[in-house]
Amino acid sequence: MSTGLVSVAYVVASVLFILSLGGLSHQESARRGNLYGVAGILIALVATMASVSNSGVVAIVIAVLAGASIGIVIANKVEMTQMPQLVALLHSFVGLAAVLVGFTGYLDPLIQSTGAEHAIKLVEVFVGIFIGAVTFTGSLVACGKLDGRIDSKALTLPGRHLMNLAAIAVSVVLGCWFLSTQSMALGILALVLMTVIASVLGMHLIMAIGGADMPVVVSMLNSYSGWAAASIGFMLGNDLLIVTGALVGSSGAILSYIMCKAMNRSFISVILGGFGQTSSSSAASGPEQTALETSADEVCEELRNADSVIIVPGYGMAVAQAQSGVSDMTKLLRERGVNVRFGIHPVAGRLPGHMNVLLAEAHVPYDIVLEMDEINEDFPSTDVVLVIGANDTVNPAAAEDPGSPIAGMPVLEVWKARQVVILKRGMATGYSGVENPLFFKDNSRMLFGDAKDSIDKLVSGLRD
Amino acid sequence: MKIGIPKEIFSDERRVAATPPSVHKLINLGYDVTVEAGAGEAAHYRDEAYEAVGATIAVDTRSLWSEADFILKVRAPMKNPALGKHEADVMKEGAFLVSYIWPAQNSELLNKLAARNITTFAIDSLPRISRAQKMDALSAMANIAGYRAVVEAANHFGRFFTGQMTAAGKVPPAKVMVIGAGVAGLAAVGAANSLGAIVRAFDTRLEVKEQIESMGAEFLQLDFGEEEGSGTGGYAKQMSDEFIKAEMALFAEQAKEVDIIITTALIPGKPAPKLITADMVKSMKPGSVIVDLASERGGNCELTEPGKIVEQHDVTLIGYTDLPSRMAKVASDLYATNLFHLLTELTPDKDGKPQVNMEDDVIRGLTVVLDKDVTWPPPQPQTPTSPKPAPGTEEPSAEQKAAAHKESQRRSLIGKGAVLAVTLAALYGVGAHAPESFLRHFTVFVLACFIGWQVVWNVTASLHTPLMSVTNAISGIIVIGAILHLAQADNAAVGIMAFVAVLIASINVGGGFRVTHRMLKMFRK
Repeated sequence: MSTGLVSVAYVVASVLFILSLGGLSHQESARRGNLYGVAGILIALVATMASVSNSGVVAIVIAVLAGASIGIVIANKVEMTQMPQLVALLHSFVGLAAVLVGFTGYLDPLIQSTGAEHAIKLVEVFVGIFIGAVTFTGSLVACGKLDGRIDSKALTLPGRHLMNLAAIAVSVVLGCWFLSTQSMALGILALVLMTVIASVLGMHLIMAIGGADMPVVVSMLNSYSGWAAASIGFMLGNDLLIVTGALVGSSGAILSYIMCKAMNRSFISVILGGFGQTSSSSAASGPEQTALETSADEVCEELRNADSVIIVPGYGMAVAQAQSGVSDMTKLLRERGVNVRFGIHPVAGRLPGHMNVLLAEAHVPYDIVLEMDEINEDFPSTDVVLVIGANDTVNPAAAEDPGSPIAGMPVLEVWKARQVVILKRGMATGYSGVENPLFFKDNSRMLFGDAKDSIDKLVSGLRD
Repeated sequence: MKIGIPKEIFSDERRVAATPPSVHKLINLGYDVTVEAGAGEAAHYRDEAYEAVGATIAVDTRSLWSEADFILKVRAPMKNPALGKHEADVMKEGAFLVSYIWPAQNSELLNKLAARNITTFAIDSLPRISRAQKMDALSAMANIAGYRAVVEAANHFGRFFTGQMTAAGKVPPAKVMVIGAGVAGLAAVGAANSLGAIVRAFDTRLEVKEQIESMGAEFLQLDFGEEEGSGTGGYAKQMSDEFIKAEMALFAEQAKEVDIIITTALIPGKPAPKLITADMVKSMKPGSVIVDLASERGGNCELTEPGKIVEQHDVTLIGYTDLPSRMAKVASDLYATNLFHLLTELTPDKDGKPQVNMEDDVIRGLTVVLDKDVTWPPPQPQTPTSPKPAPGTEEPSAEQKAAAHKESQRRSLIGKGAVLAVTLAALYGVGAHAPESFLRHFTVFVLACFIGWQVVWNVTASLHTPLMSVTNAISGIIVIGAILHLAQADNAAVGIMAFVAVLIASINVGGGFRVTHRMLKMFRK
């Protein structure tokens, strides 16, 4: 295949990727968007394979087919609640691929270059590997945290900002050494050292970020994986990689920014991490308060007599796998003429849009699933709010207590409804570790127990 | 001071202004109470019951009127056949009187009372503010009237209110339309609803929509711009001609459909608006019932006759003006309690001596004769409006805000300036020193960043996860780079590394798209 045709194919693929991202911005066009993405990558693959000499085609085809089938199998098997872990894991693959491609690019460059061009090439290799390594280990840690294999609490080592700065400084020094050396062996040594440092840095960066900020972290890592691809694109002089990497990088960054705004936290403070450790100061204050308990029967009665109900799900619903029960309950209540809606906080769950995905899986129609801004002013006219495994996103302290660590974060104002029922396993704090005064409000009732059991009881109660 | 409770002589008036429990409480306020013999009989309160709580029974009507210092009554004083004189003329000079007066219509009576120096409280002129609700006899009676209206309608309606499925066939539920959602209207809505009827209600005041719906009726809304019927004091006001036209059309259409119409529309100081025309009555189904609660003030229906039940065009028209009196017991209980509350306000020292405090809005409102002067009408009462927004808690002043705003603007300007300077410097550096080939790629890179930003900026929150997993899949494009290397790998290490890179990047591509597809398949309407 001629280089001209390959270039044209790459242009088509780039356009398809742009259409894909655009399509994913809206429900109606989302599926088409995904198809555009698939088409784009297929075109790019075919064109690339056609352009290379026949020597390695067999290995390439084997690798691509094997990889793709493994990916599809994993994706088919994964539970919807494990989606965040999977996405994080896939990010780490991109990071690792970037590291590997970077190394091969240095060992066996595709294009021979000299002078300033060569220096720039080396910088690109170096940067690509650095970002790739940070993405790789960071994503693995994020995956572990989301999966519960690593403690989700923020790890705050003393002087951690200094350590991070030191790691970057050492990497810069190594970079200079890498550029100045003429020896391949010394260059590789510098690259390996830098990779190790970057790996530690990536791990440490994500370890320092608390569970509540995970949605932002995942989309940030997504952005990193894009930048890694872009820098590899520079290294190879491949415009398709540059375009795609830049698309992914900037869209991930925008997504992170949108989510940070939803939490009213600055991007920098999320990235630097350590959130959730300052809570002890305000948590213990105030007199001993008691939360009022209720029973499933009473809640059934409340729901039966209600005209409008808003359900606020959180990560607890995902953990308990209660979404299909919630869907059944919604159906029963809607058949009774109760106006049931869902209020979704932008950072509910451990992945942006996590709740929407789960509810969609359980066949809850998406036009009754509303965003925080759409539903917040309806709470005062609502009879019953069911809070299912959500905590920080309904914490009135964010609005009422300026000393709270989550002060200023927009929350769902569930306490304005006539009655709030909170389904919860115990009185533990949420991911941020902040005490929730909602539980002690006059119109709040606690329904303790596993969310799935409680919901099942409600469903059978409503059926009678 | 001596309170006198005369027997009501107005025809068919069965209520009484004091009940044994209220008499007991009045005595505790420091008053002596005399009740005319038989005053409570029609409401099923016997003389002995009054005596038992400490009242004296006066057999002689004239002595009761002339000796009492404070008369509590239901109906306004009138010419009494037993006395042969107007009741006001028999009263002690300088005495007090509480009863319905309707001062707007009864100026002659007011003058008569003023001439006798009788301090008169017109219970019907009570300002309708929250503080006065415990004395609000109009509301208490309207509530009874609304309930009774439904009972009367049911009595004259030849069907169930509730729909039934019986072995002998299906019975549809009755359809009831209530016009005017004041206290009486809402009570009627509630009563009809609890009997099982389908209830619709109309009011010119849009603010009552919620109240109507809370009582279980459907609010009939006119598709008519912004005109709002709320007048002062919580009453309705007169509407524009176009509005009336639209509302009449609505009634005409409803009349054909509903079985029972209950009208409660009144505008203060005006005859009742005519809302149901003879034609509408004619269009109703045979056997339908209209209860006109406004019939005393001229009626909302053209064909009702005050105080009577008539049948026209096969429709029963109920024009009773004494609905509360038809439930004399509860009406007396409530009215007596209203009056007791009023006397509690009038005698703050509980010494049996009323004090007329004209500074008090409530007292001022219902005092219509004081010191031989007619003090009606009172100055306009404060309009009840929606509560003022709560005063802001330590809202910073406008200047402070402006200053803070300026400060933050200045800071963000400096920040933006710094970013701009750095960017310009970096661009200069790149442009001046980087080779041509790099610059081509750089252009592409920057443009792609902007496209990504523009495309993603408006993503709906619910799609964050699919978007992320699709971008993740797309970032697997790095496989291209790996393929290029694998294709020309000339030593084993490079080949293996490239192979692994292709493999895992492909996992990413396949898994990413597949999982996105799974997610999107679940989103449905």
